[in-house]
Amino acid sequence: MIQAEGLTKFYGRHPAIQDLTFNARSGEIVGFLGPNGAGKTTTMRILAGFMPPSSGTARVAGFDVVDQSLEVRRRVGYLPETVPLYPELSVTEYLTFMGSLRRVPDLDERVEEVIVQVRMEERAESYIGNLSKGLRQRVGLAQALLHQPEVLILDEPTIGLDPAQIIEVRKLIQELGRERTVLLSTHILSEAQQVCDRVLIINHGVIVAEDTPANLQAQLAGSERLMVQAAMETPEMIELLRGVPGVTSVQPGEGEGKVEVASAPGRDVRPLVARRLVESGYDLLELRPIGISLEEIFLQLTHEEGAADA
Amino acid sequence: MRNVWIIAGREFRLYFISPVAYTVAAMVLLILGGIFAVNIYYGVVSGQVNPDGRMVMGPLVTILLFATPALTMRAVADEQRMGTIELLLTSPVRDWEMVVGKWLGAMGFMLLIVAVTWVYPLILNRLTSPGIDQGTLVSAYLGLVVMVGAMVAIGILISSLFSNPVPAFFVTLAVLLGLWIIGGFASGSGSGSEVIRYLSFVDHYYSRLYRGILDLGDVIYYLSLTVLALFLGSQAVEARRWR
Repeated sequence: MIQAEGLTKFYGRHPAIQDLTFNARSGEIVGFLGPNGAGKTTTMRILAGFMPPSSGTARVAGFDVVDQSLEVRRRVGYLPETVPLYPELSVTEYLTFMGSLRRVPDLDERVEEVIVQVRMEERAESYIGNLSKGLRQRVGLAQALLHQPEVLILDEPTIGLDPAQIIEVRKLIQELGRERTVLLSTHILSEAQQVCDRVLIINHGVIVAEDTPANLQAQLAGSERLMVQAAMETPEMIELLRGVPGVTSVQPGEGEGKVEVASAPGRDVRPLVARRLVESGYDLLELRPIGISLEEIFLQLTHEEGAADA
Repeated sequence: MRNVWIIAGREFRLYFISPVAYTVAAMVLLILGGIFAVNIYYGVVSGQVNPDGRMVMGPLVTILLFATPALTMRAVADEQRMGTIELLLTSPVRDWEMVVGKWLGAMGFMLLIVAVTWVYPLILNRLTSPGIDQGTLVSAYLGLVVMVGAMVAIGILISSLFSNPVPAFFVTLAVLLGLWIIGGFASGSGSGSEVIRYLSFVDHYYSRLYRGILDLGDVIYYLSLTVLALFLGSQAVEARRWR
């Protein structure tokens, strides 16, 4: 549904994105994750047909974003980052205007439908200028859904919403993602983790990682880590555990008798660690694997990138 | 083409909720009415001014020269300032359709103002016997319409170059005034003067259309200026995408 190859965009001499290659299949929710200024918005603007790339190509729903821009724009629903709307129009007026530009059939009914879908029935006749940020965000979303596009491009769809609204919008996106391709950007990691089938981590205009949230965690954690607590002196325990086959490093943890044990990837050392401690006559109090959160991966990746620059 | 009408319709309606548009319309009609009244009381009564349609058209053209930039300044510039252009340009609308739609919407409002000024010739017709020269009146109004078309198109073009209505206003005013006074430099009879005279906004209007001489060449001048400005406006919108 979305195929981007070598997308590059320069603003003056400054590259906003460099050689981005990725794709999104039909019925897939792909998350663009990255800090502010990483190039998420630029990429989405190119895919939505707002601006052409400096080099590289992108196809959306089978059409080229530069040569067949109009065809692409007919098939894409786009929610820009700042949700620019006409303050002097009412919600219904605005959606009717956008819908008529998109030749939506049975427009009046469709407008009512999307207003219900984003739960704005009570404010349908309000002027957009009088709406809160969260409500405006929903009008923007309604506008993106109006023509039932095959591809939805949502730039930070939950920004500015309160927690209850965030949950609602995420649910809505997940529903939509069943039949359509959704590309959304966010800098909230838990959001990507919850909503997306696949995550692209982008930093300084370059994709630094790409996988399912679960795989990213597994792959980037590198090694398995355990937290072990036993009723014994920490230095002694470190010595003892260093001798367990498969253990690569042992470090003191936070707290008396707590250590962190790292092992080679794919090797479960838990039974050996437990046996060694018990056989040596100590009381094992706790033994649990420590996962690395997406948050840590993200910081790790974006930090490495920053360090390489310096 | 349908998109052009949709955008024109929205643009036209926008003028009716815009305080700037109301202010401009009120100023145009107020100033014109004032001049008209003064002309009747002091000019016509004393026999210094000949009562005909030009009594209205002369001042009207000058007033519209200042009114146009105020009405067109925000057309595209404001969409760029507020970012709403992003949704317009990601909907399946061609750049030229947007520009022509904006022009048509602004033209609609301008022509409404011009239509209201028709009451003055009607009044004149009542006051004088055997009435004013209808031919001159129609020719002058027709000339005015095509000239306003070109002025609005230039306004839209310049509005599409800016992301803020204020500079768009001043630059439009400067360009229109420039086209206005350029004729003054064509004093001689050389080929240079000929070119300048051809470019001059004033010459095409006051020399013929205003006097009741309907010359196709003058109409074509304004029409081609309109088309050129709208074409450049579309190019400017497209160029913005590439930035």
